[in-house]
Amino acid sequence: MTQSIFVPNDTTAWSLGADEVAEAVTAMIAEHGMDAVVVRNGSRGLYWLEPLVEIESPLGRIGFGPIAPHQVADLFAGGAMPTAAHPLSIGLVEELPFLKAQRRLTFARAGVINPMSLTDYRAMEGGVALANALAMEPQQIVNAMKSAGVRGRGGAAFPAGIKWQTVLDAPAHPKYIVCNADEGDSGTFADRLLMEADPFQLIEGMAIAGLAVGAELGIIYLRSEYPRTEAVMTEALALARNAGMLGPDLLGSGRAFDIALRMGAGAYICGEETSLLESLEGKRGQVRPKPPLPALEGLFGKPTVVNNVLTLAAATTVLAKGAEYYATFGEERSRGTMPFQLGGNVAQGGLVELPFGVTLNQLVHDFGKGSRSGRPVKAIQVGGPLGAYLPAQHWDTPLAYEAFAAVGAMLGHGGVVVFDDTADMGEQAEFAMAFCAHESCGKCTPCRIGSVRGVEVIHRIRTGVDPEANLAVLHDLCEALELGSLCALGGLTPMPVRSVLNHFADEMRPSEKGMS
Amino acid sequence: MDDRSETQLQPDLEPNLVEAILREAGPSPTQDALLPILHAVQGQVGHISKETIRSIADAMNLSRAEVQGVVSFYDDFREAPSAKHVVQLCMAEACQAVGCRALAAHAKSQLGVDFGEATPDGAVEIKAVYCFGNCATGPTIRIGNRVHGRVSPERFDALVAPLRSGGRSA
Ligand SMILES: Cc1cc2nc3c(=O)[nH]c(=O)nc-3n(C[C@H](O)[C@H](O)[C@H](O)COP(=O)(O)O)c2cc1C
Ligand code: SF4
Ligand code: FES
Repeated sequence: MTQSIFVPNDTTAWSLGADEVAEAVTAMIAEHGMDAVVVRNGSRGLYWLEPLVEIESPLGRIGFGPIAPHQVADLFAGGAMPTAAHPLSIGLVEELPFLKAQRRLTFARAGVINPMSLTDYRAMEGGVALANALAMEPQQIVNAMKSAGVRGRGGAAFPAGIKWQTVLDAPAHPKYIVCNADEGDSGTFADRLLMEADPFQLIEGMAIAGLAVGAELGIIYLRSEYPRTEAVMTEALALARNAGMLGPDLLGSGRAFDIALRMGAGAYICGEETSLLESLEGKRGQVRPKPPLPALEGLFGKPTVVNNVLTLAAATTVLAKGAEYYATFGEERSRGTMPFQLGGNVAQGGLVELPFGVTLNQLVHDFGKGSRSGRPVKAIQVGGPLGAYLPAQHWDTPLAYEAFAAVGAMLGHGGVVVFDDTADMGEQAEFAMAFCAHESCGKCTPCRIGSVRGVEVIHRIRTGVDPEANLAVLHDLCEALELGSLCALGGLTPMPVRSVLNHFADEMRPSEKGMS
Repeated sequence: MDDRSETQLQPDLEPNLVEAILREAGPSPTQDALLPILHAVQGQVGHISKETIRSIADAMNLSRAEVQGVVSFYDDFREAPSAKHVVQLCMAEACQAVGCRALAAHAKSQLGVDFGEATPDGAVEIKAVYCFGNCATGPTIRIGNRVHGRVSPERFDALVAPLRSGGRSA
């Protein structure tokens, strides 16, 4: 039987040479007349091992990685399939502790299947959720989302079922499903990984949302910083359409749903849902005041579900396996699993999907194996650029919405960014303000002007210019941002800044080396 | 996959390309087609000139100020031609944690330019961007449509050198 050799087509694998590895393997197959074929799978999210080449064996898939293009000739020396005894082997991939200790619901297929194969997708329960949804009343679908307790994964954690109910109940037509794939937070890549590894899951989740609320058109708003994702999603949409998973007659049900892919244009604020809608309408990405809720007056003023990629993906787990199953994971009001993304200065970075409630110590030390540099970890930023920098004393806080709010932090989209002891936390605080200034949509004065002042004031404190007075100004500025901002860009920029003031106060002062 | 990184075009081709893009958008396209049109122009022409803004505004029945406002809002759209190759450096937190600031300092001193500036030979321009979703294997840069991870100063030089000697980047 022709043997499959897997080489990921994922952005991270690509950024480390996976395309060249795939080419080299293809050349080896031709040169030696091997009975094998290269399959471009997605990534499993074991990013420190990319490019991770996998080969089928009777016991399971054996991994080899990281593989540089020049190592391919050695890996397949003489046209022979390497075994687990090869020096580059990491053994059976599914036995790796990093993977084995996870609970993969949303990412069960990621890296396993060929993302472009509907046959592979269906072989691993793909499509079951949509078939179930087609046999249900819209209200039953919405009820399932409610009782599963799915909360939005884009950051604000709003209950998805309640949002869907609002759109279902809205009298106006047409209605829209908008998938927020802007994934702007630094340190996050789960949306991207899912779209590149298992694009049909997102398509299925959007179709389910369409059936639930009575929408026939979905739009994916994808950040333009993801060129490979764009290519994968474009192809997947065409394949789904050809297979009747999208189009005027969903799987022969007589129900219609289709999806368009639209690209962002380099504005972080367009991840905010109303700004995103403005952008889709061809305007500047300026935040709209709420009310009206997008659920009632969203895209083109019509009822619109705006959900994150992972929220829509979670709908497939809920509809395939049942709301009760989903709700057995997690704790209190944080139900299900969360794909945490380990990035920054970490030895084993990648995707860790686990029920809510795991701790940063477990993530960064057990999974991540500490810093990449080998130096002590000093701070962990959770939840993107608007999230707090946490010192060691908080690394045992359970990663759940309420527990994090209680320590002045947030989970956001699940990004976990590790900094070692060389990081200058004063510089990080200054960057938080600079990022706000750079990305502000300009509508609110505190955000537009206050952030620019914030950069100046922090710079003065750091360089020892009248630090007491400037600290007082900084506190006032944070308060003005928090209270006077229309959206969370201005409203939450104080979070990383205050976390530095609270936990790393020493580093706001000029260091001995002297600062410019 | 399109890995081209060249962003410049013969100036006389521009009106034809813009016309073709607008034709493809169909008769009197609605405003929601504006970003896709601007992306197409940016991708094919390399920038969005005053004349182009006028043509788009006319074709879409928008004011020039409206189109101009959209072009200026988004980082991806530029009103003046860039250098032949744009090298984007991720300057966001996860890359900061693994030395993107030092990489940027290296890039600036090697090329003798700041962010947003082109080398005097017009070959290379560097630009700060915020996150390619490659946050476990930074520092990350993008040249044309190609993303590169774990970029050390040495690797940066190796990737950028061919762009400066007039060759096309692969
Ligand atoms: C400044 C800002 C940026 C945001 N960026 C994103 C983003 O990149 N992706 C995302 O899904 N949600 C983002 N959000 C949250 C969205 O506004 C919105 O809450 C979300 O798309 C709703 O989907 P969910 O309920 O499924 O999370 C952002 C919010 C703010 C204030
Ligand atoms: S807080 Fe900032 S980004 Fe948000 S609406 Fe106001 S000005 Fe725009
Ligand atoms: S922070 Fe640099 S790629 Fe995400």
